[in-house]
Amino acid sequence: MDKRVVITGLGVCAPNGTTLAEFSDAIKKGISGISHQPDLEALNFSCQIAGKPELSEERISQYFTPLELRNLNSSGIVYGVIAGLDAWKDAGLTIENNDEPDWDSGTIFGAGTSGIDKFRWAINKIDDLEIRKLGSSVVIQTMASGVSAFISGKLGLGNQVSTNSSACATGAESILLAYERIKTGQATKMLAGSTSDSGPYIWGGFDAMKVCTFKHNHEPKKGSRPMSETASGFVPGSGAGALVLESLESALARKAKIYGEVLGGNINSGGQRGLGTMTAPNPIAVQRCIKAALQNAGIQAAEIDVINGHLTATTKDALEIENWKDALQLPAERFPYINSLKGMIGHCIAASGSIECVASILELAEGFIFPNINCEDLSAEIKALIPEKSIPKTLIQQPINILAKASFGFGDINACVIFKKYTHE
Amino acid sequence: MNKEQIIENLKTIVQPYSEETSALAHIDENTDFINDLKINSANLVDIILDIEEKFNIEIDNDSMAKMLNVKATTEIIAAKLEARAGQ
Repeated sequence: MDKRVVITGLGVCAPNGTTLAEFSDAIKKGISGISHQPDLEALNFSCQIAGKPELSEERISQYFTPLELRNLNSSGIVYGVIAGLDAWKDAGLTIENNDEPDWDSGTIFGAGTSGIDKFRWAINKIDDLEIRKLGSSVVIQTMASGVSAFISGKLGLGNQVSTNSSACATGAESILLAYERIKTGQATKMLAGSTSDSGPYIWGGFDAMKVCTFKHNHEPKKGSRPMSETASGFVPGSGAGALVLESLESALARKAKIYGEVLGGNINSGGQRGLGTMTAPNPIAVQRCIKAALQNAGIQAAEIDVINGHLTATTKDALEIENWKDALQLPAERFPYINSLKGMIGHCIAASGSIECVASILELAEGFIFPNINCEDLSAEIKALIPEKSIPKTLIQQPINILAKASFGFGDINACVIFKKYTHE
Repeated sequence: MNKEQIIENLKTIVQPYSEETSALAHIDENTDFINDLKINSANLVDIILDIEEKFNIEIDNDSMAKMLNVKATTEIIAAKLEARAGQ
């Protein structure tokens, strides 16, 4: 029989908070983590603002050995390990130095790329004919699975240890992959999450594609404007989010705190057919993904209280709302609340889905809906689709039962997860 | 630089790679990097890089393959230092 899967631990390393308490407070208050980046300005980026977690060396040294720190130059691994280990501890799980791994626990920790700064350093060494100076730290930091390998070593995980990669859908996908693993009885606990490096070498490609805003360099905190009439491209971000998924029976047996339940979800692709391309979503696929997620979770559209959108602050925001509307088939006045965390933290690329899921689970567990910021001038196109009251601009404190989270990514791929509040029966 | 001085320098170099505090404290010619100091074999290349920097020498691949214990490592360092002095 399928196992029920619950969330028992959360960890986050976001531009507006690097502990769960700090992050929870920031999202309720609508605090932006976007700041001016002198390195982007020096390198002539069009977009010179970004979201980057602030971590002291002292904090980082709590998670890595002095030897690991010696040549560590992979911000994504730092963020992922911090979020991952924090989630583990938040779940009330201990980090033990046993001889035997924990065979029933694993991780699916996604990344778009790993250790891009380390990679650049290594490439420069090789081109300078100094290949032998690379040492042993290049592969482990630049292999895509570096983050899951680091986490697994620290936690002693003995089940599946893998890194998924599906562009901006990576974080949501990691949760669904981990969920399946527990649901089918192949693991008891899975750390799901994703991470994304900071810096010019990860953000540069997006800047060159002109998908980032260049109009708010003088006002960073107003730069990321999902659903706004003046949205002019996304603000790049970085960080990591992590969730401990666990079978309900295991969580109950160890009397763990239960944040919420993963009811189900769906992952699909538009195949870059129809209106879908490498960079644009096929709307039919998006709608199918949402509908299939509801079906998989066994719920009706009308039961959704809140949607945590992908909503990046490009001209595609209105299309996303239209897709939700078409998929849910609800009368306009019954459209659920919808919010986008990207107004506060920017688009954290591969990490966006997992950081946004951490925010979503906090909303479910604590009973609030975080405010959308920077959409005081709501897009006219969106206003024509759904009522303004569906897009809260101030914090709403009220119990919510079901939340739908979707992430969409380059390659025309989609992921939608359905979370439910856990009522302690 | 005599043998004792080389070993003393070597001790400082390998220290971050080993958690075997007692074996580190008693490091001598007979100490084996992997068996006694439990150094991860992947880190041996990092130790070689640290040695190159510390002693200002260059270690070739053949020598590198032999540097698995303090004795062989000390001999190779001494030989390279001597070769450099003779240049």
